[in-house]
Amino acid sequence: MPEIFHYEFMNRAIIASVLIGATAPAFGVFLVLRRLSLIADTLSHVALAGVAIALLTKSFAPVIALIATTGAAVSIEELRMRRLLPGDAALAVFLYGALAVAVVLISIADGFNSTLFSYLFGSVLTVTQTDLWWMATLTVVITLFLLMFSSELAQITFDSDLARINGVRVHLLNLGLAILTGATITVSMRVVGVLLVGALIVIPVLISIRITTGLASTVVTSSIVGVFVAVIGMVIAYYADIAPGGSVVLSAIALLLMVEAGAFVLHLKDRHHRRLIVDGHSHAHESHAHGADVTSDANSKHD
Amino acid sequence: MTRPLSELCARLEKKLMVILLDTGWKYSSRVTDALEYQNLVPQLLDRDSTTPTNLTTLNDTESQNVSGHAGKQITPDEVPVRFNETWFSYNSEPVVRDINFSITQGEFVAILGPNGSGKTTLMKLALGLLKPTAGQVLLFGEPAETFTDWHRIGYVPQRTQATESRFPASVREIVNFGSYSGFSPLSIFKRNDKGRVDEAMEMAGIEQLADRRVSDLSVGQQQRMLIARSLVRRPDLLVMDEPVAGVDAVGEEQFHLMVRRLNRDLGITIVMVSHDIGAVMREATTCACINRDIVFHGPVHQLDAQALSGLYGFPVDVLMHDPEHTHR
Repeated sequence: MPEIFHYEFMNRAIIASVLIGATAPAFGVFLVLRRLSLIADTLSHVALAGVAIALLTKSFAPVIALIATTGAAVSIEELRMRRLLPGDAALAVFLYGALAVAVVLISIADGFNSTLFSYLFGSVLTVTQTDLWWMATLTVVITLFLLMFSSELAQITFDSDLARINGVRVHLLNLGLAILTGATITVSMRVVGVLLVGALIVIPVLISIRITTGLASTVVTSSIVGVFVAVIGMVIAYYADIAPGGSVVLSAIALLLMVEAGAFVLHLKDRHHRRLIVDGHSHAHESHAHGADVTSDANSKHD
Repeated sequence: MTRPLSELCARLEKKLMVILLDTGWKYSSRVTDALEYQNLVPQLLDRDSTTPTNLTTLNDTESQNVSGHAGKQITPDEVPVRFNETWFSYNSEPVVRDINFSITQGEFVAILGPNGSGKTTLMKLALGLLKPTAGQVLLFGEPAETFTDWHRIGYVPQRTQATESRFPASVREIVNFGSYSGFSPLSIFKRNDKGRVDEAMEMAGIEQLADRRVSDLSVGQQQRMLIARSLVRRPDLLVMDEPVAGVDAVGEEQFHLMVRRLNRDLGITIVMVSHDIGAVMREATTCACINRDIVFHGPVHQLDAQALSGLYGFPVDVLMHDPEHTHR
């Protein structure tokens, strides 16, 4: 058994990365495709404010953070729904407002810098047994939500007006999505930190959008990619003795670059292939022989 | 600029004559089409004679037993959409004013109007996506706010919120959205009604695109996908917002052929928001011209220069094919 598994804390950290690696990107699909990635960022800053409050009042941080993100998610959705503020403006107000609250509280307390650092950038050491139970519970809730409302979520993601005319209760589902995004962030911040949790929600989705067709398979692929980069990042963090937030996000970005490069090469190859077919096509026309196959093939490609 | 008004009027009238002649020509070619394909002449003739009476004004439907089809009674259920003194204002500025008209079953209604005239607002009111500031919109005799029979209504937006990004869904997945019939917690484990989805894709002519990615489709193909999506529901009413915007000439012709079939063969009521007066003249049975108020509502062949100038102000830019072009 490799040395890394000898430590209890490391086992917990790995289990935690599997849980959040699977759930965060699955949610991300519905956020990224609706260009709502910023909501993850906003809610993570709200979670930071929650953490600051918890540290100041010496209460259990994930619970306070969860309450904070839920409140913010509901308020943002209501503001947007009632058109009191444009969607992005509402997000900006909450993002900077929450960050300001966190800064003020941190200045007041002035004593929990190392703990705060672990919440900001993640840590391999701080995942406790309680955290793990907490994560497992939320993971179950999130998975159930995604399974039960998969069709509705997919429809809203495609077009909310069409979904509404289909009889989907768009507002309620938006609310549910926002609240559970907050929950996902609360769960994930222990491992990757609040500042980088947005990346775990977004980047695996970008990778899977490149390699799969079909919404359902995109969700599944995103989760697999998420688990992969979270575990890799965690292992790197252990051996290199760095904050896991950085290594997880950098592994995700490295994978994204590889996939994009691969897609580009395939695209070039495909274009070359097509040119060959078109050349063959014109050649067949000139010779008036053996042309039927090539012609129909080229036509179907251009269809 | 200094051209006398009377000259402009004369030119407009001339253009309209061209339109009417052109419509006549198209109509006769339609009959031959029908003869060739479906032997639909009796149906066509029947429709021809009923078109003028198909138009039901508010006063007609008020008593709710006015004859539409030669003595047949019209029940509220046979009036898919009815605007009842409907107003819609945005920031106290009225977008549409005092709209009063009904769309009866089997009609093909075109909604015409310049940009910013309230066409899309009217359509969104008809779909219950907007709540009227005053008045009422009835869907199949029921107020839009409390309407629940959404499977009877199909909607084809001009473009969806998703088509611009690298949306990963397959065409089949999107078309299958049409078969949604309310929340069911175990829907993910249920098998889809594949037959109905296939049938709808075939009707829209996209069966060969089933496994393609949505973001790889052309504008015309995406329109067809959205139409297939609404056909899965087997709707009684199909509402389309400028469905041929950005579609090339061939695609447009195919599209109109398909819609004609849906309207005549399947009896689906069609509401189409459009910019193309020529296409409206050829395809629709009824036309509602809106410029905040309803300027004209009636059978397309009654659409005249006065109505159009009322609609577009002056000078009217009638977008029409010149004769050489049409009789290629």
